[in-house]
Amino acid sequence: MIEFKNIKKSFGEKVVLNDVSHIMESGKCNLIIGTSGSGKTVLQKCLVGLFEPDSGEIIYDGVNFTDMTEDLRKGLRQQIGMLFQGSALFDSMTVEENVMFPLDMFGNMSSSKKRKRVNEVLDRVNLEGANKKFPAEISGGMKKRVGIARAIVLNPKYLFCDEPNSGLDPQTSMVIDKLIHEITKEFNMTTVINTHDMNSVMEIGENILYMFEGQKEWTGNNEEIIFSKNDKLNEFIFASKFLQDAKDMRMLEAKGIIADDRDMEEMLKKGEEIK
Amino acid sequence: MTFFTDFGRYLLMLKGMFSRPENMKMYWKEFMHQCNDIGIGSFGIVSIISVFIGAVSAVQTAYQLVSPLIPLETIGTVVRDTVILEFAPTLICIVLAGVVGSKIASELGNMRVSEQIDALEIMGINTKAYLILPKIIAAMITIPMLVIISMVLGIWGGRLAAVASGIVSTDTFDRGLLHGFIPYNVTFALIKAYTFAFIISSIPAYFGYHVKGGALEIGRSSTKSVVVSCIVLLFADYALSQLLLSH
Ligand SMILES: Nc1ncnc2c1ncn2[C@@H]1O[C@H](COP(=O)(O)OP(=O)(O)OP(=O)(O)O)[C@@H](O)[C@H]1O
Ligand SMILES: [Mg+2]
Repeated sequence: MIEFKNIKKSFGEKVVLNDVSHIMESGKCNLIIGTSGSGKTVLQKCLVGLFEPDSGEIIYDGVNFTDMTEDLRKGLRQQIGMLFQGSALFDSMTVEENVMFPLDMFGNMSSSKKRKRVNEVLDRVNLEGANKKFPAEISGGMKKRVGIARAIVLNPKYLFCDEPNSGLDPQTSMVIDKLIHEITKEFNMTTVINTHDMNSVMEIGENILYMFEGQKEWTGNNEEIIFSKNDKLNEFIFASKFLQDAKDMRMLEAKGIIADDRDMEEMLKKGEEIK
Repeated sequence: MTFFTDFGRYLLMLKGMFSRPENMKMYWKEFMHQCNDIGIGSFGIVSIISVFIGAVSAVQTAYQLVSPLIPLETIGTVVRDTVILEFAPTLICIVLAGVVGSKIASELGNMRVSEQIDALEIMGINTKAYLILPKIIAAMITIPMLVIISMVLGIWGGRLAAVASGIVSTDTFDRGLLHGFIPYNVTFALIKAYTFAFIISSIPAYFGYHVKGGALEIGRSSTKSVVVSCIVLLFADYALSQLLLSH
């Protein structure tokens, strides 16, 4: 569990985070959503200490991160896995070496065990066979997946993912969402995900924080988001006509008006009536 | 004002390099990698420059020796002393400031800009210790070696040129070479080499590690680091000569 209170952060004149407080729960996928430039990345970087917040408190499972010395932070960080928005792979190393790096640095496994573990995680992100390639030789989406593999290879207690789905096709995107969801449950991780992907929001959004212009605008889960009356949130989430329709359908369904096996004609007609 | 901020941050960076390694084996691997990059990587250019510097100093000394009162063997003595005292340590290190310095600055700058340094930080690694210290130690071990090699090649180049152009015979040159040799000069040259090695590795590391922005800034910081390390190097050269050579 990561709790943060009253986080403020500005760059010069520009206030990026304005008094944000929230609790990221363990064993759940905690999503931070919001328009581009709303401060998601900055918030995530404040949580892990890559940016120092101007004020506010961050508490990791009861331990105050804000007052920690550099040494204590180093210890805690060995339990953190992070995927950066730009992947941040080590470009002097191959895919395999990248994923193996945390194991080499902190693990004390034999080299055959390490290789086995690396292949296992590369397999889970659908990346078998790219072991010997360099980051410059793989696609953007593949880099993302290598980044995820590197972040989870040590089974971290806290997992931070900055847009794990951007640049991925819908199918791979689902695989990644499922993977993150699975390991979050399996190892009771506290997972924090920045995303704009509506699929992910609906699939794995168990605790959603909607940011608007550096402030917490709305929180809830993927069920509640559909029924939310918050205009800003609705504008953001159901931006397209297609999504708007999908939302209406879900609302009808939830009101018990539509059962799955009814035929389409009837559904739409009833939909109009309700509206 | 920025000078003091920069200097303060530079000192903090040096202080931050010392902490217990997370995994000695990985640090050793990185150190070896850097020795290879800095030492072996610069060997070619150092050799070529040394031979030519020696050759040129032999020919030019001969050109200036017009008085019949000065024996020809002086050429050997002059070549030896200029190469050992100034050319091998200072000139080679200025060249290395360009070769090694820009490499260090752009490598670290690229890692900073593409968030690779942040990624290491997040894993709980002291990036100053893991990325900068091995570079500085590798430079301080390999660069003095390169300077010694440069001394030998420089003198050899001078001898070759002097003999090939028919100015002196091998025997005369060698007599001059051995005449009044002061071993302290070599010690002095090595003290310079160690100092310069530290300068041309730590200053570019500072500029590279603290890059902000994008690809453009990487280039800028690498140029700046070469300029600054050259100036500091020449200043240190002057200070050391004053300190250690004045009677
Ligand atoms: N290092 C920095 N220096 C100055 N301003 C910054 C810095 N990093 C981010 N900002 C500003 O903070 C604001 C929020 O940026 P942030 O990267 O958090 O957006 P985001 O929500 O992650 O957007 P996206 O979805 O596009 O990734 C932006 O207006 C940006 O200009
Ligand atoms: Mg972002």
